[in-house]
Amino acid sequence: MIDIGLDILSWVLLTLGGACVLIGGIGGLRLPDFYTRIHAASLTDTMATLLIFVGMMLQSGWSLATMKLFAIMLFLLLTGPTATYALANAALLSGLKPGDKGAQGKYGENVE
Amino acid sequence: MSLFSVRHASQRGEARLPAVLLLLLVLAASWMLWSGLYKPLLLGLGAFSCLLSAYLGHRMGFFRHQALMGLLPRLPGYWWWLLGEIAMSSIEVARLILKPAMPVSPVLVELEAQSESEVGQVILGNSITLSPGTVTLDVHKGKFLVHCLTSEGAEALRSGEVARRAARLEGS
Repeated sequence: MIDIGLDILSWVLLTLGGACVLIGGIGGLRLPDFYTRIHAASLTDTMATLLIFVGMMLQSGWSLATMKLFAIMLFLLLTGPTATYALANAALLSGLKPGDKGAQGKYGENVE
Repeated sequence: MSLFSVRHASQRGEARLPAVLLLLLVLAASWMLWSGLYKPLLLGLGAFSCLLSAYLGHRMGFFRHQALMGLLPRLPGYWWWLLGEIAMSSIEVARLILKPAMPVSPVLVELEAQSESEVGQVILGNSITLSPGTVTLDVHKGKFLVHCLTSEGAEALRSGEVARRAARLEGS
């Protein structure tokens, strides 16, 4: 009985995680410029990571694999924002201003 | 030349023996746990990796931050609160993306960190980036430049709860 409950819970989490990845992808396409697109990526980065890893941990039960999954999740959550910061900061330092026309539109637009 | 080396020494900080041993112990334990194989070759590679990691950590100034151990006990509570924030802002951002009109109102917010230490500021910056809808763009002398997807998100940030909680983490 508990097994079925855990299975259902883990599948719900995995499905929600997959939905987060999908929505993050849609957001990456729909949002207007570089800085807003980062927010969509952060949805995939954070929430999808959490949901998918907790779902997988429920599948693997009390074992060493669960510990490893937890460690991987922790590393992803610690390094993900750092990488995002490096990306956003590099864009800022190289002169891409938030809300700038150059930050949006198709490739080749607003080239000086 | 002497100036150069002094600067580097201060950046790396004093590597105290207990801290180094603790780090080596943690690294060795995690190697053994993750690998699960106890052949001489793998143990040798593990010892090499541990020493290399400790040396690289020293080069990067890991031992400069003594505060790191002090905030470990308060970390789970903070993570729990952060998890709730992440969940709420995720739903917010997901709804925003899926709305046909997609009413984004990107704002830049300048935020003052309440914590003086580098570790506290890194935790604050990463927490802001971690929650969807807000991304830290720049950190300079305790001032944070944050890009928010909506003006509501910017309001929540200006209320300063994240900064307060991150500062409380260090017990200041």
